[in-house]
Amino acid sequence: MALELFTEGDPIADTKAPTDVPIGERWSERKFRGRLVNPANRRKLHVIVVGTGLAGGSAAATLAEAGYKVTSFWYQDSPRRAHSVAAQGGINAAKNYRNDGDSVHRLFYDTVKGGDFRSRENNVHRLAEISTNIIDQCVAQGVPFAREYGGLLDNRSFGGAQVSRTFYARGQTGQQLLYGAYQALERQMGLGNVEQHARTEMLDLIVVDGKARGIVARNLVTGEVTTHMADAVVLATGGYGNVFYLSTNAKGSNATAIWRAHKRGALLANPCYTQIHPTCIPTSGDYQSKLTLMSESLRNDGRVWVPKERGDDRDPRQIPEDERDYYLERKYPAFGNLVPRDIASRQAKNVCDEGRGVGPGGLGVYLDFDEAMQRLGRKAIEAKYGNLFDMYARITGEDPYEVPMRIFPAVHYTMGGLWVDYDLQSTIPGLFVIGEANFSDHGANRLGASALMQGLADGYFVLPNTITDYLAAGPFPKVAEDDPAVVEARQAVVAQSEKLLSINGTRTVASFHRELGRLVWDYCGMERSEESLRKALDRIPEIRKEFWTNVKVSGEQGTFNQNLEHAGRVADFIELAELMCIDALHRNESCGGHFRVESQTEEGEALRDDENYAYVAAWEWTPEGEPPVLHKEDLNYEYVHLAQRSYK
Amino acid sequence: MAISGILMVLFLVAHAIGNLHVFQGAESFNEYSEWLREFGEPALPHRTLLTLIEIGLLVSVVAHMWSAFSLWRQAKRARPVAYVTKKRVQQSYASRTLRWGGVIILLFIIWHLLDMTFGAVNPDGTDSTPYDRLVASFENPFITAFYVLALVLLGMHLRHGIFSAAQTLGQTNKRRERLLNITATTFATGLIALYLVTPVAVALDFVN
Amino acid sequence: MNLTLRVWRQPHPTAKGKMVTYKVSDVSPDMSFLEMLDVLNEQLILSGDDPVAFDHDCREGICGSCGLMINGYAHGPEQTTTCQLHMRSFKDGDEIDIEPWRSGGFPLIKDLVVDRSAFDRIIASGGFISAPTGTAPEAHATPVPKKDSDAAFDAATCIGCGACVAACPNGSAMLFTAAKVSHLGLLPQGQPERDARVIKMVAQQDAEDFGGCSNIGECSAVCPKGISMETISRLNHDLLGALRANAVPAS
Ligand SMILES: Cc1cc2nc3c(=O)[nH]c(=O)nc-3n(C[C@H](O)[C@H](O)[C@H](O)COP(=O)(O)OP(=O)(O)OC[C@H]3O[C@@H](n4cnc5c(N)ncnc54)[C@H](O)[C@@H]3O)c2cc1C
Ligand code: HEM
Ligand code: HEM
Ligand code: SF4
Ligand code: F3S
Ligand code: FES
Repeated sequence: MALELFTEGDPIADTKAPTDVPIGERWSERKFRGRLVNPANRRKLHVIVVGTGLAGGSAAATLAEAGYKVTSFWYQDSPRRAHSVAAQGGINAAKNYRNDGDSVHRLFYDTVKGGDFRSRENNVHRLAEISTNIIDQCVAQGVPFAREYGGLLDNRSFGGAQVSRTFYARGQTGQQLLYGAYQALERQMGLGNVEQHARTEMLDLIVVDGKARGIVARNLVTGEVTTHMADAVVLATGGYGNVFYLSTNAKGSNATAIWRAHKRGALLANPCYTQIHPTCIPTSGDYQSKLTLMSESLRNDGRVWVPKERGDDRDPRQIPEDERDYYLERKYPAFGNLVPRDIASRQAKNVCDEGRGVGPGGLGVYLDFDEAMQRLGRKAIEAKYGNLFDMYARITGEDPYEVPMRIFPAVHYTMGGLWVDYDLQSTIPGLFVIGEANFSDHGANRLGASALMQGLADGYFVLPNTITDYLAAGPFPKVAEDDPAVVEARQAVVAQSEKLLSINGTRTVASFHRELGRLVWDYCGMERSEESLRKALDRIPEIRKEFWTNVKVSGEQGTFNQNLEHAGRVADFIELAELMCIDALHRNESCGGHFRVESQTEEGEALRDDENYAYVAAWEWTPEGEPPVLHKEDLNYEYVHLAQRSYK
Repeated sequence: MAISGILMVLFLVAHAIGNLHVFQGAESFNEYSEWLREFGEPALPHRTLLTLIEIGLLVSVVAHMWSAFSLWRQAKRARPVAYVTKKRVQQSYASRTLRWGGVIILLFIIWHLLDMTFGAVNPDGTDSTPYDRLVASFENPFITAFYVLALVLLGMHLRHGIFSAAQTLGQTNKRRERLLNITATTFATGLIALYLVTPVAVALDFVN
Repeated sequence: MNLTLRVWRQPHPTAKGKMVTYKVSDVSPDMSFLEMLDVLNEQLILSGDDPVAFDHDCREGICGSCGLMINGYAHGPEQTTTCQLHMRSFKDGDEIDIEPWRSGGFPLIKDLVVDRSAFDRIIASGGFISAPTGTAPEAHATPVPKKDSDAAFDAATCIGCGACVAACPNGSAMLFTAAKVSHLGLLPQGQPERDARVIKMVAQQDAEDFGGCSNIGECSAVCPKGISMETISRLNHDLLGALRANAVPAS
């Protein structure tokens, strides 16, 4: 145990879910018990929403519709560009339109199990209940979901479920859902109900008398640092996968908003839970700036293999059948190429670590459609996967109909995030966190098509109903611009920028980001061991030190300065990476996306330790030099039985 | 724009057919010209039909020019700084030359009126018959060449114009797009061919 | 590959901009166009120069942030987004001109970055279906014919990149507006506001210093999502219909 790396504080618990009634009634009971705000008073209550993705966009629109005064912030030029736009596959809902036995309870159960029993039952159940309203809402807004010839909505099935409950809009579900929320938000903006701050980055949280009362933000166009006050602050700033430098996240996705809130006192939960997706297009060189996901459905017909010999760099078509290792089929005869995401990812890493990887840098494995093509014919493959093959060809310049595709796992989603209670309120009163930015519903592993569901559930239905209980006590006394807390926060932001600009060292921000990412990927990626994590924990402080003494950031503070933006984000990633490694090291079990080599079954499956680790690890920030404090929230399972996952 | 354009197109069709009277000889052509002026007489005053056509055309031309001009002005404002390098991907020659083509056509019309209707610039002078003026003009290769040039430009203007008008009136869709393009091209080429036969016939001395 | 870039540099909106020549060497054909610019920028930073500002985020062709005029083509020589354009579309020794989108409706911010918020205001003027949260009927209450739903989807894929405006000789935003009008107008849910929507959106578009459309078709030819000319026809159809019905926008 790495005791010197952290200390343990008091346990915490969610106090908001009414556990005295059955689980199916808790959400309505909570809404009933929470205080309401009279419509006439809502105009006087001011809420800041940071982020315009599925979570933030839907929340801001809904709060404005309800009559609150809303101020919205985002770093891109348009709210429609939030990274939710990139989600491809679909969104789950327990509609049971297929009459295949789906139900709220089944979605609840699948999600808890999929999360490897590390999520909170109450939250997940509410999510499953709300899922059906989301589809209704989106259809009413004009989201063009796929339909059948009869005019009804189509469904597909997704990993981790035996029912068809995934709604989709071709391969662009996230885009279409986001545009629905965006249009609702623009409508409110047009009506003058939402004040907007495009290209504005939140750089700090303002806490006055223990309550979240505002934010410090930098206008990315003018460089001006401004403060904004409100009665409550909502963070919907997405995930932090970019701590790995290479991920499927957008280049601008960052941890800054949640990290700075964390430094202001909000606990950060389960930072080490990251999800790695097995079928991404591999890197082609050191200049690679991001990774692109390809639908997992490819594994239905593609066969995964690598050469048996290390360093065999022949053209794959020249490698005879008996010199190929179809390692998934070999190791998992029952599931073969269709083992779950985490297993497929890990095995790919293993063969690459053995030096048998293919393509540039030996980081890739083949996904071969040759056999499927002979069996089904090229036409059938084109019909099924044509668009994916085209995308692959455009990015790699190789024709996947001719040469086997190369794939490699990539970081895709972060289950960890700011700790919130049932009301989605963080440990700082008045600070609410929704979407991927919070830790709430997915436990140690998120099922496909569940992040979109959670983002919209939080934004459309949960937050607007729970925040009223907090706002009912408002409006809170006005905070003056010259309040010491405001001045201090503002100055801290300006000082940091000035510091970054003054170092004038010899390394670019990007080079630090690449180095950090590589380190976290190698030592706190698909597989973690005590040894690797300790290595990372030795190295990260050195990187941090070098960053703060040798980085070169160009330009000035009071201008449009993308390099400075990046520098601030990387500074936060470095600190976050350290906490991730500590979290991963302290959790001496494997669960979901967190795989500790020390804790596996004989077959190499993740081995949980429910006895010791059935809790949420919520971390408290401490000033540099002092170890962070761990607060545990025990997870109790009343409705779902703990069981070991098995895919043999 | 589309409405004024279409009115002008209708006139062009009628005018093209009218011009074919040339092939029935001087008599017929002049009579046709007379008929234009005497239509409806005595019930209607002299030149009623022709005046109506003229007014309609004038209104169309003015409306058309006015919209073309405001489009142009709007486009100027919409791109205050020009590109250093700009290439075209699919726009046709016809669609690009709409504006300048239009202006040349206008110049042509003015000149054409001076030539055929008023005879001011006609080799045969003002008091000849329409038929004589026509033949006289086309016996001059320079005038003929100018007519041909103007007609070709007009053809291109129409080719895009017809497609554009259908689009502006919201009548196209993916399936119709191809058909419409073919129709527009055929129509424009056909109409221009119809016009061209006259000067060509004169030039080749079929009509004199 | 070794390339010569000529990049539009303009430190702020009121400064005088100019094309500046840079050399980049060892460009791999597998790099994306933006990765090539990343390489240039790291060079510039290390040599103490100001890196070239350009917009980008998802780098997978869906957010619509990126958008450059490359050698006179919006998003470069292939019909895709700039982030999905790869250097294998160029060859060693090429000279590449890189300019920002040029439109009165897209004021320049810095270098290659422009302000496209005019698009958001067009959406805010009417590009939505008024369905406040919680008011929705059961999703299966209104079946939508697959044909309409697919056509609506095709229009709805517009990523708001602005290439249509950049490429249009008139600087018109018609394709963008038409895409949204078509998307919502094709669905039964979009019918109640259909007339008012098209009138308000076209009015807002005209108020934003975009040019008028004379159906040149350059927009559709460069649109990374292949939004068709048909959508413009549909907008016009709706607009005429709305004007004929004498629709007066509410409020
Ligand atoms: C390639 C890909 C495919 C996916 N496919 C699926 C799928 O098929 N199904 C599924 O369910 N999930 C999928 N996911 C996951 C899902 O898309 C995300 O988890 C979800 O969209 C996150 O939404 P969000 O609203 O929390 O955050 P985001 O959409 O990331 O929005 C973040 C917002 O916060 C703003 N912001 C961030 N930081 C700051 C700051 N410091 N200051 C101001 N503003 C800030 C941004 O401008 C943005 O508006 C996918 C993810 C990826 C990357
Ligand atoms: C003064 C000279 C002219 C100018 C400057 C001019 C200019 C233009 C322009 C810019 C357009 C494109 C507008 C658009 O597509 O919306 C246009 C369209 C058109 N023009 Fe002309 N033109 C002129 C004369 C003519 C003449 C003489 C005719 C026919 C006899 C004509 C027929 C048309 C037609 C049918 C259209 C298509 C209308 C539409 O697209 O809405 N034009 N013209
Ligand atoms: C070879 C082709 C053409 C020939 C031989 C021709 C011939 C004539 C003649 C003889 C007249 C005089 C009729 C009269 O005064 O009774 C006339 C009038 C006219 N023509 Fe043409 N024409 C040709 C092409 C065109 C074209 C292309 C246009 C328009 C773009 C055009 C527009 C007109 C107009 C506006 C008038 C005046 C009608 C009036 O007085 O109301 N002509 N033409
Ligand atoms: S219509 Fe096409 S080119 Fe225009 S903004 Fe939309 S996606 Fe971009
Ligand atoms: S290129 Fe321009 S003129 Fe219209 S058809 Fe496209 S907007
Ligand atoms: S960066 Fe998102 S579309 Fe190019």
